Amino acid sequence: MSRIVARHGWTLGLMAILVLLFVFTKVIQPNFGLTGLDSLSRATLPFAFATAAMAIVVIAGGIDLSVASMMAVAGVTAAVLMEGAGTGMTLFTVVAVLVIGLGMGAINGALIVVTRVPDIVVTLAMLFVWEGVALLILKAPGGAATPWLREIIVGPFLVPWLPRSFVFLVVCLAVVWIPLRRSRLGLSIYAIGSDELAAYRSGIAIGRTRIIAYALCGLFAAMGGLTLTLSTGNGEPIPGPYLMASVAAVVLGGVVLGGGKGALLGPIIAVFILRLVRMDLTLISVDPNVTTIVEGTIMVVVVMIGGVLAMRGRRQ
Amino acid sequence: MTDQPAPLKRVLRFMGDNPIIPLIILLILLIGVLEYMRPGIVNERWMGNTIKFAIPLAMLAACQTLTMLTGGIDLSAAVAATISAFVMATQVPIMGVPLAICIGLIPAILIGLVNGFGVAFCRVHPLIMTLGTGLIGTGCLQVYQRFVIATGSVVPDGLAWLGTGRTWGLPNSLLLFVPFAVVVIWAQRRTGFGRLLYALGSNQTASRISGVRSWQVLLALYALSGLIAGVTGLLYVGLIKAPSLSLVNPLLLPSVAAAVIGGTSIFGGRGGYAGTIVGALILTVLGTLLTLMQMPEGARRILFGLIILAVTTIYIRLTDQSR
Repeated sequence: MSRIVARHGWTLGLMAILVLLFVFTKVIQPNFGLTGLDSLSRATLPFAFATAAMAIVVIAGGIDLSVASMMAVAGVTAAVLMEGAGTGMTLFTVVAVLVIGLGMGAINGALIVVTRVPDIVVTLAMLFVWEGVALLILKAPGGAATPWLREIIVGPFLVPWLPRSFVFLVVCLAVVWIPLRRSRLGLSIYAIGSDELAAYRSGIAIGRTRIIAYALCGLFAAMGGLTLTLSTGNGEPIPGPYLMASVAAVVLGGVVLGGGKGALLGPIIAVFILRLVRMDLTLISVDPNVTTIVEGTIMVVVVMIGGVLAMRGRRQ
Repeated sequence: MTDQPAPLKRVLRFMGDNPIIPLIILLILLIGVLEYMRPGIVNERWMGNTIKFAIPLAMLAACQTLTMLTGGIDLSAAVAATISAFVMATQVPIMGVPLAICIGLIPAILIGLVNGFGVAFCRVHPLIMTLGTGLIGTGCLQVYQRFVIATGSVVPDGLAWLGTGRTWGLPNSLLLFVPFAVVVIWAQRRTGFGRLLYALGSNQTASRISGVRSWQVLLALYALSGLIAGVTGLLYVGLIKAPSLSLVNPLLLPSVAAAVIGGTSIFGGRGGYAGTIVGALILTVLGTLLTLMQMPEGARRILFGLIILAVTTIYIRLTDQSR
């Protein structure tokens, strides 16, 4: 028991904070209920996918600054292809967007491996490239989303208190993450993030693993872009605030910048915490701008405490 | 034949030893392409304009260069610059020009100090720390804006003169930038502070064992970075003449790109400000070039990104940075 607590201390702490926040929300807004839960979950979707995308490359010891731009490309592609599309075309679109996401991520990863330029710089350059691609596909917000597909993320699932969008999120993440975590490939991703040289000497193909990690990042980003289009009903070529938010959630979620540590659960809980804080502050009618300050302060204070704790741990 | 290295190899080695030369060649090449596309465009007036717009970028890139030397980065620089500019412009009607400029610089230095505190004492990754303070700064600025919405904003004539005016064909902003650049280059090469930056970036453990108090250096560095960002903001608002809540933000990523193209390693310990200045000029000329091509906005951004990537790749190969 104590071993579980020690190993998952950070995640359990986040869970506790999330529960406290839900209680707090119920106290300040007694009629917070099913619709509130549903809209919270739906608003969190794109942020959660962006965070998952960022988390996987950070675990592999990298960073991807182009996450938001890739989401924009996926979003506008979906919106353009789905305009007036039938069932077959819609399904084709979903598959196509996911493949495009994998492709974009793989290009990012391949460029990092081939050029040997630091990942921050490559993905910074690719941020402009993907932004440009999104603008070429769609100059101004437009397109449409197939109505029946939009229903997937609206309303409850089976039981009234379980939002469909939340189930959607969990299923999408689990389908990719759980097999990965149990496979050799997942272990390799953790290994190259933890110590590249040691991983190399243990016979891991560093380049290939890195490209796959970035490709998975692209895949999650594409899911994020897709849900964004589904929830707004049109494509938006200008990237949203997902880059900063995803880095914040990843760090808050206990994934160490530099790689090798952390998982997907922590960051996803962190995303919900950050979104719920934002909603609570709106509920107690705090100026939305103050909300930005609070969010930034939470992020800074948490990483500072984390840093101090890490230093203490090293000294002992 | 076996003793003498091939001429091409010798040229490459020479360029590797003097990394600023290929950058200058690239700059001249870009200007050549520009002149070829629009004969007669390269004149005194055009040069003045290019320099005028490259200077704020180069100054903001100074924040990136100096912090990158220690292996850091300052993503809050653009926000600090915007805050300085906005606070100054809104305080001018109340406080008068000199006092408003001082008040404007305070938040920028404050942001720098918070960054330095987090990086030096809590060992937070600079990327995260400066991202967070940038977020907080943006929020504070938006809240501040609601309190001063009635006062209006004034860009002082002096700053407008410095930002847009020209004397004998040369932009006045050179009056600020030339001494600034000289001081920065001198400081990084000749002073103890500059060498400590390289030392911390090359090997933090080794420099700690050699008795460097890294917290002092980092605190001073990030505070200085904040101050430079603040001054940049004041200059930029003199150039644009319309203070807004996202005034300098579009320059943030290009400022990182300018430092990287200029040969400063993002991992620290390598590079310098002279390269960054050329990098900022290259980006500005590139911007003009891409605007002149009759291309959709999207294609221009794609080209911009690809060129940054290509230049950095070639540069890293040339100077043989193994990391």
